[in-house]
Amino acid sequence: MKEDKLILGGHEFESRFILGSGKYSLELIKAACENAGAEIITLALRRANSGGAANILDYIPKGVTLLPNTSGARNADEAVRIARLSREAGCGDFVKIEVIRDSKYLLPDNAETIKATEILAAEGFVVLPYMYPDLNAARDLENAGAAAIMPLAAPIGTNKGLCTREFIRIIIEECSLPVIVDAGIGKPSQACEVMEMGAAAVMANTAIASARDIPAMAEAFGAAVKAGRTAYLAGLGAVRDVASASSPLTGFLG
Amino acid sequence: MTIINGKPEAEAAGKNLADYLKEKGYPEAGIAVEINGVIIKKSEYPGRVIDGEDVIEIVSFVGGG
Amino acid sequence: MEKTNHMEYLPGMENIGSEIQNKIMEMTASFNSGDFTEEDVCRALEKDVCSPRDFMALLSPAGENFLEEMAVKAQKERTAHFGNSVYMFTPLYISNYCENGCVYCGFNCKNKIRRARLNEAEIRAEMENIAATGLTEILLLTGESRKYSDVEYIGNACKIASEYFKLVGLEIYPVNSEEYKYLHECGADFVTVFQETYNPDKYDVLHPVGSKRVFPYRVNTQERAVMGGMRGVGFGALLGLDDFRRDAFAAGYHAYLIQKKYPHAEIALSCPRLRPTKSDGNINPGDVDERRLLQIICAYRIFLPYSGITVSTRERAEFRDNAMKIAATKISAGVDVGIGGHSTSEDKGDGQFEISDPRNFDEIYRALSSKGLQPVMHDYIYV
Repeated sequence: MKEDKLILGGHEFESRFILGSGKYSLELIKAACENAGAEIITLALRRANSGGAANILDYIPKGVTLLPNTSGARNADEAVRIARLSREAGCGDFVKIEVIRDSKYLLPDNAETIKATEILAAEGFVVLPYMYPDLNAARDLENAGAAAIMPLAAPIGTNKGLCTREFIRIIIEECSLPVIVDAGIGKPSQACEVMEMGAAAVMANTAIASARDIPAMAEAFGAAVKAGRTAYLAGLGAVRDVASASSPLTGFLG
Repeated sequence: MTIINGKPEAEAAGKNLADYLKEKGYPEAGIAVEINGVIIKKSEYPGRVIDGEDVIEIVSFVGGG
Repeated sequence: MEKTNHMEYLPGMENIGSEIQNKIMEMTASFNSGDFTEEDVCRALEKDVCSPRDFMALLSPAGENFLEEMAVKAQKERTAHFGNSVYMFTPLYISNYCENGCVYCGFNCKNKIRRARLNEAEIRAEMENIAATGLTEILLLTGESRKYSDVEYIGNACKIASEYFKLVGLEIYPVNSEEYKYLHECGADFVTVFQETYNPDKYDVLHPVGSKRVFPYRVNTQERAVMGGMRGVGFGALLGLDDFRRDAFAAGYHAYLIQKKYPHAEIALSCPRLRPTKSDGNINPGDVDERRLLQIICAYRIFLPYSGITVSTRERAEFRDNAMKIAATKISAGVDVGIGGHSTSEDKGDGQFEISDPRNFDEIYRALSSKGLQPVMHDYIYV
């Protein structure tokens, strides 16, 4: 099989699984990352603690690309501000834009996300926008300079799986950017399924953070994403119906 | 009074930013500072004296999805 | 006279610098129809959405063995997207003057045929008679001559057509996007241009003289038309000129790329086969028999389920009616491919090719209805 890499803003990755680092102990991050084979890990930016508190950067294996999100942003301006601070904090040029102004379901605001994408892409960021899977918004994000599209499978943190299956399928079909399915994936089998559909990568956090054995679940996700990708590249076999002997439709041809 | 990460700080004014951060035990790597909405580059920390009217945000990374 | 380079634009031809031509050429060149297996065809038939490679499989020789299965699948798609509607229209040839020397065409400038161009009164007389049948969609056609049928003349015909019809389409020589804008303002909404063949080398041989020689200008026609504000564009390869599988693929893939780049544009496909002309009765579609033609039509429906598909009077009545039932959506009726036959007993200008389905509007309407299809005159709203 020829070389198969995930390319985001000119950067190449072997792994197609993006690991979240929220909601579990810092001590488990390294194992989760290594077991999953993840090369990208997400982070959030918050007010710093004084007095020598633990620094998450010390727990992330070297060589792993940091993908700070803009969680906490309620509009484009705030997302831009957080992204710039992240870059200043030494996190590189990657940013996952997350603009949320709905505290119950935490659904992303596509219109503000498009605005933020346009500004940050122009500033040289590798912009990965988290979005509600709307085709028109995906096209706008593409035009705004996004490096990938990150549609949600289900509301964040719900582990409900591929609720938006058909809409993600449409975006994969229509957009030329890599499609990274983010949020709501609850099981490795769901990650595998969306990779079989042609997603470029999967990102998961809660599914791993809420598992009984976090490093083991990270490993399962890494393997599932790999299996799904391989199946996609291999071309799924046909479910073959028995051919009909008669020709009711084409019989007129004689 | 100077506001740092949302809290009034009486002792900050008059110190330079680099000294203040060190004194308070903030990590050297992985933080960013914004004063009155403007990001301050690391190289400017020693030369930036904190004013009594400054509103300062000091941020660093935490786990997130 | 030395032949011009058919890959170079002539002065006055707008070059929109589109990437679409290269994409078509590359993909079509990679299509080796013998490489596809029955397994590939089954896989394509099983999918909800076909990729360009699946489309190739459906067009391949392996696909011929699955014609009935393809027809079943095509009919499902047709029903899902169009129900039992069939759109009826008629073409109106307003001029047959032509400056090109396309070797297969009855309008070839070297052919000794009667040439004519309708004046405004004649256009009105023709349209009045056509409108009286109940048709509300018309397709205006000309030979390719900027001299005898200039853009202003065609625009004027569009304005007149708008008085009699609810929908006006054009099948004229390719023009620049600004000219499409003008024609759209005059009342035209759809532009169809057949590429004839997407093989540039063959295209070179078949189009020895005339502005039609310029291959890239013709390939980029549909995009210029959409840029000019047209609602929809039609595509087609003239089957029988070259490797028909590759040409059928290229036309479908071309439509696919335009739809992807301009998601608001409506796309339509035609699948004309070569026909004898008055000057050359021996012209024929070669290896493109009816089974293969139906295979192409089904492949189009499966690959581009939302597109309009027209089957022309080049085909016999029974084939057309069955094709409508299975996969196609648009049929012409009461067709005269000459000049002036709708308002006088005899054409004043000769036709482009010989037709196989001479039925008038009522006959086709009744035939479709008896097959459980619903003839529809148009379904557009202007806002």
